[in-house]
Amino acid sequence: MAGLKLTDIAKSYGEVEVLKNINLDVSAGELIVFVGPSGCGKSTLLRMIAGLEKITGGTLEIDGLVVNDVPPAQRGIAMVFQSYALYPHMTVRDNMAFALKLAKKSKSEIEAAVKKAADILQLAPYLDRLPKALSGGQRQRVAIGRCIVRDPKVFLFDEPLSNLDAALRVATRLEIAQLKESMPDRTMIYVTHDQVEAMTLASRIVVLANKGISQVGTPLELYEKPQNEFVATFIGSPAMNLFTGEIAGTGQQTSIKLDGGGFLASAYPTNHDDMGMKVKVGIRPEDFMPTEDPGTGFSGTVDVQENLGEVTLLFFVPVTPGAEPVIAKLPGIHLGMKGKKVNLTAKPEKVHVFSNGLSLLYR
Amino acid sequence: MHPALQGLVTIAIGVGGCMGYFYLSNFLLDRFLLPARALTAAEAATRRRLGTIFLLGVPGLLLAALYLAFFLPRGIFNVTGLFWMAVTALLIYGLWRLRDYVFANGELTAGRNISHANMIRPWLFLLPAIIALGLYLTYPVFETLRLSLTERVPGGGSRWVGLANYIQMADEPKFWEAMRNNMVWLVVVPAMSTLFGLLVAQLTDRIAWGSIAKMLIFMPMAISFVGASVIWKLVYDARPVDLDQIGIMNAIWVAVGGDPQQWLTLPFWNNFFLMAVLIWIQTGFAMVILSAALRGIPEETIEAAIVDGAGPFQVFFKIMVPQIMPTIVVVWTTITLVVLKVFDIVFAMTNGQWGTQVLANYMYDKLFRANDWGVGSASAMVIMLLVTPILVWNVRNARKEMR
Repeated sequence: MAGLKLTDIAKSYGEVEVLKNINLDVSAGELIVFVGPSGCGKSTLLRMIAGLEKITGGTLEIDGLVVNDVPPAQRGIAMVFQSYALYPHMTVRDNMAFALKLAKKSKSEIEAAVKKAADILQLAPYLDRLPKALSGGQRQRVAIGRCIVRDPKVFLFDEPLSNLDAALRVATRLEIAQLKESMPDRTMIYVTHDQVEAMTLASRIVVLANKGISQVGTPLELYEKPQNEFVATFIGSPAMNLFTGEIAGTGQQTSIKLDGGGFLASAYPTNHDDMGMKVKVGIRPEDFMPTEDPGTGFSGTVDVQENLGEVTLLFFVPVTPGAEPVIAKLPGIHLGMKGKKVNLTAKPEKVHVFSNGLSLLYR
Repeated sequence: MHPALQGLVTIAIGVGGCMGYFYLSNFLLDRFLLPARALTAAEAATRRRLGTIFLLGVPGLLLAALYLAFFLPRGIFNVTGLFWMAVTALLIYGLWRLRDYVFANGELTAGRNISHANMIRPWLFLLPAIIALGLYLTYPVFETLRLSLTERVPGGGSRWVGLANYIQMADEPKFWEAMRNNMVWLVVVPAMSTLFGLLVAQLTDRIAWGSIAKMLIFMPMAISFVGASVIWKLVYDARPVDLDQIGIMNAIWVAVGGDPQQWLTLPFWNNFFLMAVLIWIQTGFAMVILSAALRGIPEETIEAAIVDGAGPFQVFFKIMVPQIMPTIVVVWTTITLVVLKVFDIVFAMTNGQWGTQVLANYMYDKLFRANDWGVGSASAMVIMLLVTPILVWNVRNARKEMR
């Protein structure tokens, strides 16, 4: 129904530039998640789409219309706030009906819309309560209900789960996913710093960093083919390991000599000119495989081991003191690894190569 | 001595006295009565003996001296004597219990001493305030009630007359004029002060020079009511037609073509000119409290309302005002109390003439000009009866706010 188009969007507070060159095409019915570290401007971007922050550069189109200077209420959006922002002096019913009353809808129309939303969100028994008499999860649902009754083209969620406890967060996440499924033609934009939420909910993820978009893609694209070091280390937990090295062989597959001594093969293609190029090699902890051959891949001494049952995490003694330890995640139980020297390698298609922070795959 | 110097000395003595009392009561409690250390049984017994002398002996001697000097010559077996004997007995019993509480038998741990000291400490700190309030507030209430039921007998003494003072007062048109005016004050002043305070608080919140504006509006709070009355008397000042008007009201009035008016003598309207003074003073108070309340409103609820389509006025009246309603009520009732007791402004500006009488000024008139303590006390009781329910309600609301 309604797509979104962001062209060269920029935001600055006086001299301070927060966001620049944001270009993004959202088609109708997508669930886009903005993720990024704290302070990357993801909430600011969402608030600009909502109309709560002034857009200082570029154009924002909703449904083909430029809405830069359109007041929030006429943009066809609805927003769920991090703190829910329920009106404390109104009952659940009045909270949900407020926007419709302002829009001068008829009584019966309002009643029907509120009832429908309350049924979807199982809020019917609580309609006459004040927000303070509700639990965190129920308040969250009222906030969502307040959006549903308005039947907006675009739903905006600003870290909606961050005030809930862990168990409720998982349940509410599923509810939001179901809600999206029940409204396939509605566009949703969801801001979070929790990558599990991003991976599970998104049709596409937008990773924001350094005032701009780092990468846009489906969750698995980001995981399997990160465009740059930042996305590679930001997505996935524990974070991807990075090694320095140089290219020792080029072609369909690339051979890299690690500074630690071992050789690794990567499925990233390179050409003859790349010979000897200084690169960084990224391997996810879960992609490591033990090997007998000390000449391939990485070898190190296990410093700490964590037994989680389904997997075993190995933390290696850093080569240079103070550096991030290399982490390997091996399936199953491996006891007594502490202090042992281990050789690890990875399949060529799981070995990522970066030069100057950018992936060689996207050159 | 120069009056300013006297004032400074008074402040120094007052503040110094408070600090000294604070220091001394802590010293007494922590060093002498309940030291923060363990005491052996022998030590405790010695202290108990000394404590008994200290806590019972000293007040006992004082009381005995008082009785000998004051009550014995007049006889102690009349109503007053027996009353004071009962009070003395209660006092001695209380001191006895206090001694048992402070000086226990046997070994004492440091923890027991500290916790007992901390239970006594707040009462010790409050003691001067309790005594002062009892002497100057609680006792006068009962004394006024008694006086309102008696009348002066020519040649000295007084006599019980029942409700005669109240009946006499109810027959006086001046009393009903004061009642009527007080009711008008009661509606107009809190409403206008709260309204203006709310407006100013909201309007000054988002502008650069807002804090300067707030400071200026708050400043009248620092002026005494009499000082404010003098200022406003100048505002309402009237000069003969052929002279320049120094009162701003008349200056404007003459500039637009009117004849100079004696504003304070215009029947009925002069009440509102007096109310303006109190509104001028109380707006600052309302503004400060309401401004703090407005800042406490979660920003996101306002943003949610904007997204929901509310305009600035709807945000203000449907989202912000309802959220600070409890504070508005507290501000309103607090100003109501001030209004019910209003005296200085009327006294200094019209002295209740030209139909501007209010209850407090009526009371002053009766009590200190007509020297009729009976009717004066009766009108004081009426004021108290009017204030009490609002006061109780106000305190309850304020407590609810704090929770």
